[in-house]
Amino acid sequence: MQIAEVVGTVVSTQKNHKLEGAKLLLVQPLTLEGTHRGTALLAIDAVGAGVGERVLVVIEGKAAGDALGRKAAPVDAAIIGIIDSVDCPETE
Amino acid sequence: MHLARVIGEVVATIKDDNLTGIKLMVLQPIGASGDPAGRTLVALDSVGAGVGEHVFFVRGREAAYPFYPVEPPTDASIVGIVDHWTVG
Repeated sequence: MQIAEVVGTVVSTQKNHKLEGAKLLLVQPLTLEGTHRGTALLAIDAVGAGVGERVLVVIEGKAAGDALGRKAAPVDAAIIGIIDSVDCPETE
Repeated sequence: MHLARVIGEVVATIKDDNLTGIKLMVLQPIGASGDPAGRTLVALDSVGAGVGEHVFFVRGREAAYPFYPVEPPTDASIVGIVDHWTVG
């Protein structure tokens, strides 16, 4: 999983029927220090996350489909947790 | 599978129901020499690993297998604690 920040929402009316009703968020992967790492991506929201929150993003098709609760959904990333804290003793 | 060192823990109260009770660990992948190699990631723990330990982890769909019959949504899971390794 990657640590990421929710940076936006995505609205799409015309989409694959398996995605109907799914909340799509734009997430920006972060380093442990909290700086941006790589390109922002779209993830299905399975936990009710909001913009500005730090989340756990799973980037794997089967897992994302499971999080969405639908089989054979064309997704490859999902938010599966809202992070309370990250404790890395040696890097602090 | 890949070698890594456990460098931290993540706490998340609001999460997918199938993650309940599973520890979330921050991993730094390492190479054969033990030096950091690649991006840190968060993995589920299936073996009781702790911060500072060397472990090996599996990526991809197979990462859910250690928790069977539960299928947590994960793309990486720790599946072993490394006692030691040798090169050459």
